[in-house]
Amino acid sequence: MSTEPGQRDVSTSTAVVAEGTGAEAEGLVVVPARYPGRWVAALIALGFLAIVISAFATNEKIDWGAIPKYMFSAPILTGLWHTIMLTLLAQGIGILLGIFAAVMRLSENPVSRSIAWLYVWFFRGTPLLVQLIFWFNLGLVFSTISLKIPLLDVTLFSTSTNSLITPFAAALLGLALNEGAYMSEIVRGGLLGIDHGQTEAAYALGMTPRLTLRRVVLPQAIRIIIPPTGNELINMLKTTSLASVIAYDDLLHGAQAIYNQNLETLELLMVASAWYLIVTSLLSINQFYLERHYAKGAAKQAQSLLEVWKRAFHWRRPVGV
Amino acid sequence: MSEPVVVARNVEKSFGPNRVLRGVSMTVAAGEVVCVIGPSGSGKSTFLRCINHLERIDAGYLSVGGEMVGYRRSGSRLYELRPHEVAKRRAKIGMVFQRFNLFPHMTVMQNLVEAPVKVLKESKRDATANAEALLDRVGLADKRDAYPAAISGGQQQRVAIARALAMRPELMLFDEPTSALDPELVREVLAVMKSLAADGMTMVVVTHEMGFAREAADRVCFMDEGCMIEEGAPDQLLGAPRHERTRTFLSRVL
Repeated sequence: MSTEPGQRDVSTSTAVVAEGTGAEAEGLVVVPARYPGRWVAALIALGFLAIVISAFATNEKIDWGAIPKYMFSAPILTGLWHTIMLTLLAQGIGILLGIFAAVMRLSENPVSRSIAWLYVWFFRGTPLLVQLIFWFNLGLVFSTISLKIPLLDVTLFSTSTNSLITPFAAALLGLALNEGAYMSEIVRGGLLGIDHGQTEAAYALGMTPRLTLRRVVLPQAIRIIIPPTGNELINMLKTTSLASVIAYDDLLHGAQAIYNQNLETLELLMVASAWYLIVTSLLSINQFYLERHYAKGAAKQAQSLLEVWKRAFHWRRPVGV
Repeated sequence: MSEPVVVARNVEKSFGPNRVLRGVSMTVAAGEVVCVIGPSGSGKSTFLRCINHLERIDAGYLSVGGEMVGYRRSGSRLYELRPHEVAKRRAKIGMVFQRFNLFPHMTVMQNLVEAPVKVLKESKRDATANAEALLDRVGLADKRDAYPAAISGGQQQRVAIARALAMRPELMLFDEPTSALDPELVREVLAVMKSLAADGMTMVVVTHEMGFAREAADRVCFMDEGCMIEEGAPDQLLGAPRHERTRTFLSRVL
């Protein structure tokens, strides 16, 4: 039985299925639709890619040998270590600040709410580079930083600002405070994304608000919070390069120190870029496993990374062929 | 007769300009099963939520086991309690929700032991043993390590009942426990509730299941537009209602 295309009403297609269960069903093969346009688009894209690659590869002014030579040199590796350390510390403090600010934002206390709002407003609203330079130059207006007991003339701790605010301290302060503002919005979104019925169920079981947050709401919110936080972490890794401006010897600063002497600017920037790419790739893989861990209880069970890739690149084949 | 478990006198509650409860009174004796029926928007769910202070009442008096859940009385003043004090009193009141509200990131067993361990400070071993007995009772002993998303709605609601029972409550509140279930799953949940009623648990059940009300309830209350219109024995109220509004409602649902 044949049906005209465009004439597919339900009754005929059921009839086809009903009749098809007999002898006619044997030897039938489903052929997927062909898309010639996709081939054309792919060829054009590959062509452009080839042009860009050859422009670099055939350029005789680029000293390719410099890349393996400096990839593991001391200034680069020291810079890489400093970049990773600054990234992890700033992001870690940023996450804690973010959780704190988000909980304040959602509290019943109007003063807490306003302070958290003000914090996010200020640090999200001013450029990070300005904040970094600001912290670094704090010594211009506060020459010493000291801890005193008010009203009594007792000084617990006092030091010159310039010895306390090193390039590292200024970078960490600026990046973490800035990150906390962004993280608080991410955490707040995660907390608000949890059904209020969960809180009510916990309250009905006699759980206090604090226990409810810790045991019921936050663990579920983490699932929502992780993907954008992974994004933030990767962003943070790249943003730490701003700290080179205030003379913190990070990866970019290391590369700059070398090319200021040998003038192989692009080569050294490629070395730095390669390291940034390697570390962001490792972070992405980590994020995948973290997401899978926190997906427990979700209807869709995650597989291994390899299976995901296999599936993504699996060619669509007709069933049974 | 012993002291009533629930006493509500002229309870009022508004959401903005919307007066949801207009002076609701009701008493529930120990071991009694009371079903509250009424059209949607009649305030019956809100009233139930007021009983364990998930909603704050605007006026009137509401006590459970002789104590006001959200307030402390001193002379003629009522002092609102702080959240952790309210939590302590709520622990004696079990509640089952229309949408189950199991904790999705915990297994069935973890759902059952969470509050007994964290709130009642039971040992993990005692809580687990008790949870196993309760799961056995609701017929889900084999699902103890499943996550809520992996079991049916009827099974989830039975777990939710077991979770509430794990706190050894003096009173159980049911907020339309079968309304979110496919028809063929309703019966298994009602069966658990009937066995609970037969065991002498004090229960207040907001429901649309007239069959359950007739079979298991000691008393049925009909609410409409924020008022308790009439109450009586199931046969009387469902069979020969005195009030016009009750008759109209029943003619629509039966």
